[in-house]
Amino acid sequence: MKLITAMIQPHKLPDVKKELFNVDVHKMTVTNVLGCGQQKGYSETYRGVVHEVNLLKKIRLEIAVNEDYVAPTIEAITKGAKTGKIGDGKIFVMDLPRCIRIRTGEEGNDAIG
Amino acid sequence: MFRKATKLRLSSIPLIALMVAFLASPLYADDAAANAKAIEGLQNNLNIVWTCVAAFLVFFMQAGFAMVETGFTRAKNAINIIMKNLMDFSIGTLAFFFLGFGLMFGVSNGFFGTTNFMITGALGDGTHWNYTFLLFQTVFAGTAATIVSGAMAGRTKFKAYLFYSVFICAFIYPVFGSWAWGGLLDGGGWLENLKAPFCDFAGSTVVHSIGGWLALAGAIVLGPRIGKYDLDGRSKAILGHNLNLAALGVFILWFGWFGFNSGSTTVGDGEIGRVAVTTNLSAAAGAVAAMITAWILFKKPDVSMALNGALAGLVSITAPCYTVTPMASVLIGLVGGVVVVLSVIFIDKVLKIDDPVGAVSVHGVCGAWGTLSCGLFNAEKVLGIGDANGGLLYGGGTAQLTSQLIGVGAGFLWAFLTGLILFNVIKATVGIRVTAEEELKGLDITEHGMEAYAGFQIFTNE
Repeated sequence: MKLITAMIQPHKLPDVKKELFNVDVHKMTVTNVLGCGQQKGYSETYRGVVHEVNLLKKIRLEIAVNEDYVAPTIEAITKGAKTGKIGDGKIFVMDLPRCIRIRTGEEGNDAIG
Repeated sequence: MFRKATKLRLSSIPLIALMVAFLASPLYADDAAANAKAIEGLQNNLNIVWTCVAAFLVFFMQAGFAMVETGFTRAKNAINIIMKNLMDFSIGTLAFFFLGFGLMFGVSNGFFGTTNFMITGALGDGTHWNYTFLLFQTVFAGTAATIVSGAMAGRTKFKAYLFYSVFICAFIYPVFGSWAWGGLLDGGGWLENLKAPFCDFAGSTVVHSIGGWLALAGAIVLGPRIGKYDLDGRSKAILGHNLNLAALGVFILWFGWFGFNSGSTTVGDGEIGRVAVTTNLSAAAGAVAAMITAWILFKKPDVSMALNGALAGLVSITAPCYTVTPMASVLIGLVGGVVVVLSVIFIDKVLKIDDPVGAVSVHGVCGAWGTLSCGLFNAEKVLGIGDANGGLLYGGGTAQLTSQLIGVGAGFLWAFLTGLILFNVIKATVGIRVTAEEELKGLDITEHGMEAYAGFQIFTNE
């Protein structure tokens, strides 16, 4: 089992969701986050004065999957979120030792699916 | 619509006469002619005061439109909506002053007015009626202009909208206005000269339908927002971000409408009350009818539809508010409330035109219904304001209804066709739509470089 965490551009979320649904991944957790990577923020002007915004709005997507879903999930996220410009985001893949479904007490692969 | 301002209303004579007699008794005790002159002067001042107060109320409707449109659209486009509302009134005011007023109310060449530009004729008389009349008509033109911004929300280039704002108040609105209302001042249009003169007391067609049909043209030329229709063409909901603001906006509009309709008498007398009653009854009936319709169709009393319903009732009663009975105004509002819900669904799901706030349904469709309702419900004799009832249901025959149909049809053709031409010209020159990336990021940050809710995290739930 793997936990896939992806940081993406907020306005690409609908596209990513669509791609995930296409490969049958329907379960996810989405959080609004602030962060900065290589893009290093942008500047707004407010009443004529420049206002530098360093931490950008991003979306964090967390998806727990069984092994055979890892590759399709990564592909789907990449396909949905990629524009080719700085700021598209990153995907982190981590081992997931345990997973328990609260309602039934199921564990492991059954609980994820 | 408006009555000549100088005409004296019988109902107001006793009170004014008493006041004048009291104030002027030493001087004019036995001078009836001087008394009459003083009364006339006082009535004239009262007319100016009432018409100005009404104009200020109608101006406040701009705030209502801004709140309704902001609330019904997404947080990332809030600043853009506010800017469009501010600018269509500001640019519209200037355009109407320089060109529109003369085209609408100047001496007409049969198609539009040709004098009175910048109300030059009023200079030299410090209390000239044209000052009051210009202000009152400017806020009406501003209302027509601002209707369009909601239907074009979320995807229009700001620059394109500025060009549109000039043309509606300088040309499209005043030319149609001169056909229906020119005779209120120095003009006179063909709709006023029909066998049964076209009846649109406060502007269901002249203001609201014109704005609504322009909004329709704009929404068609623009195309739907990204994500509004999926690949199979099914309609998806794009939720408004603040229905509290939208509700505040509707209450402000309802409030302002008392000036819009009752003010259109332009006479300070007892008729203000009657027009306010029909206006209020229709708005209330519209809200109730829309709520019930939505409840039946969607299983829940949808607040956004009920709000649209109140506006539908108001738009519907705008043309007939002066000439129908209170009972008829309830019926007119009820029909408006049902029609607006069905129309929103039809435009969204069948025609597949993306109108984020329902502007075409509320202003275009209900404006047409309200205008037609004059032909059914006009009851001048019953109300005691005329010698014969014009409405079909009050034995007036079909003459009035025919005139109403001609006016509604002319309004649709004029506004929709000039709208299509205007928006296509804008599309071909400065461009009408932002890029997909700008649209997704939101117009606030891409067009204005600012955010409406700085410091807040707006959750993206799409």
